[in-house]
Amino acid sequence: MSEPRLQRIKDQDRRLIEIIVDGWAMSTMEGDTILVAILAQRGHLRDAPGEPLSAGFCLMGACQDCWIWLDDGRRIRACTTYAEPGMRIRTTWPDRLLAS
Amino acid sequence: MARPPARILIVGAGPAGLRAAEMLAEAGCTPILVDEAPRVGGQIYRQPPRVPGFMRTASELYGAAADRARDLFVAFDRIRHRIDYRPGRLVYDLIDNRAIVASAGKSEEIEFDALILATGAMDRIVPAPGWTLPGVYTLGGAQIALKHQGCAIGSRVAFVGTGPLLLLAAYQYAKAGSPPAAIVLPTHFRSFATAGLRLLGLPREFLLGLFWLLDLKRRGVPILFGHRLAQVIGEESVTGIVVKRRGQSREIACDAVAVGYGLQSETQLADLAGIKFAFDVVRRQWLPEADPLGRATGRKDVYLAGDGAGMLGADAAEARGRLAAHALMTDLDISHVTYRPKLDLEAVARAVKLQAAMRIAFELPGDFFAAISDETILCRCEQVLASEVRGVAGLMGARELNRAKSYSRVGMGRCQGRLCGHAAAEILADKLGVSVDSVGRLRGQPPIKPVSVATVAERKT
Repeated sequence: MSEPRLQRIKDQDRRLIEIIVDGWAMSTMEGDTILVAILAQRGHLRDAPGEPLSAGFCLMGACQDCWIWLDDGRRIRACTTYAEPGMRIRTTWPDRLLAS
Repeated sequence: MARPPARILIVGAGPAGLRAAEMLAEAGCTPILVDEAPRVGGQIYRQPPRVPGFMRTASELYGAAADRARDLFVAFDRIRHRIDYRPGRLVYDLIDNRAIVASAGKSEEIEFDALILATGAMDRIVPAPGWTLPGVYTLGGAQIALKHQGCAIGSRVAFVGTGPLLLLAAYQYAKAGSPPAAIVLPTHFRSFATAGLRLLGLPREFLLGLFWLLDLKRRGVPILFGHRLAQVIGEESVTGIVVKRRGQSREIACDAVAVGYGLQSETQLADLAGIKFAFDVVRRQWLPEADPLGRATGRKDVYLAGDGAGMLGADAAEARGRLAAHALMTDLDISHVTYRPKLDLEAVARAVKLQAAMRIAFELPGDFFAAISDETILCRCEQVLASEVRGVAGLMGARELNRAKSYSRVGMGRCQGRLCGHAAAEILADKLGVSVDSVGRLRGQPPIKPVSVATVAERKT
């Protein structure tokens, strides 16, 4: 797995919650955006076929670079969506969408 | 018979929108305040989530602007139960006097008698080879990671670009314990020094800028004036940058890049509202027109406030918020507290002076856009190269930006040209040998940001 992209340097004393990324449990902090939750542990956010790797760009909901998916196929913008316990996230096209 | 109260809608809860809301609330109005973020403050005073463990004080978060931020939040707390505040919602279209709003996967319509647009600004981007690699972020993004989430975008960040935000963000990173790898500005030191002289008339800003610069120097951060970003290096992630000065290249190791060349207004809603736009020579951007109080040209019921109507910064945004609310209430015959616009107009005038000095300080070299190499990705959404925009220049009437967009797909993607639009216009104009205003501007299209088909389909009419 690639090196973490983001470095936590402030406000790190928060409750831990668990989300599920590509089927794997990932521990993260309450109040994290999905973007931060993933990039504090990995080097990139989206790894979709035919597209360059993405890790977001503007972090303010303007550039639309950080869209990924929920397991159910819905798209989410990772920089403006907050991690919630048990959330199931996909960093590549969900099988459901590819199958249909 | 009593007149029904005017329905007033404010879009944006940054400094401008909040001050407008405050003034309206104090006059007994109940404006609707719609904002995309979950908490007020805009990008400049972005707050951490309301979750235990985010402990930083206003001074830690906002530094020299802490008092401003605190005042603004206090003002909001005072009025929040007297206004109709709707966070987490996006106005994605305007049709006549109705705003179409995405809210939790559904669309709702808000009818208004008067509309204040306080839509703010975002970074202006100039692309360079490798800028789409994971690890390159906007300057604003680098700041938001820190302010909103307590994160740095890397452990050795190179700050590249122009504008006061460049120095401020670098300073904030250094102070938070993440010393920058380097600061790279295409601006020459002499223009910086010239602007310094001008800024003597604005001692607070002068001293603040000097303080950031000296603090970074003291920490041993290399500050490279007159250097351009030639390339961001890395395979799957940033490992360094190449910078150039007068043909000489130099590599700097870093694991992230924060890039931004000043700020540009978010003008899409003003465009959809049908406001008349004019080219602003100073900011090199097409901007919606308004009178000094914020009355938009072309519509009687629309007012513009804050950086969405041309970048002037947060302090001026507060003033412009009040001015717009004042104009609106004057026009609608709503009696309000004695307010003399003089002080706020002076604040705006001061900001205009400051901007003029900043323009000199951070002037881009004349060949800056011409020098962007052909193989540079210009539009990251659609993966359009600079060569492709140059290639369509002049073809079949493509002397205009929207035509060039049709031919090359530049600006056609998810961000609607927010990132590439400026550079695309400059490159097209340069290739055609015309002034940048003559290639026009990318038209705003609804929805101004992506919303799901389900959201649009759920629209109640």
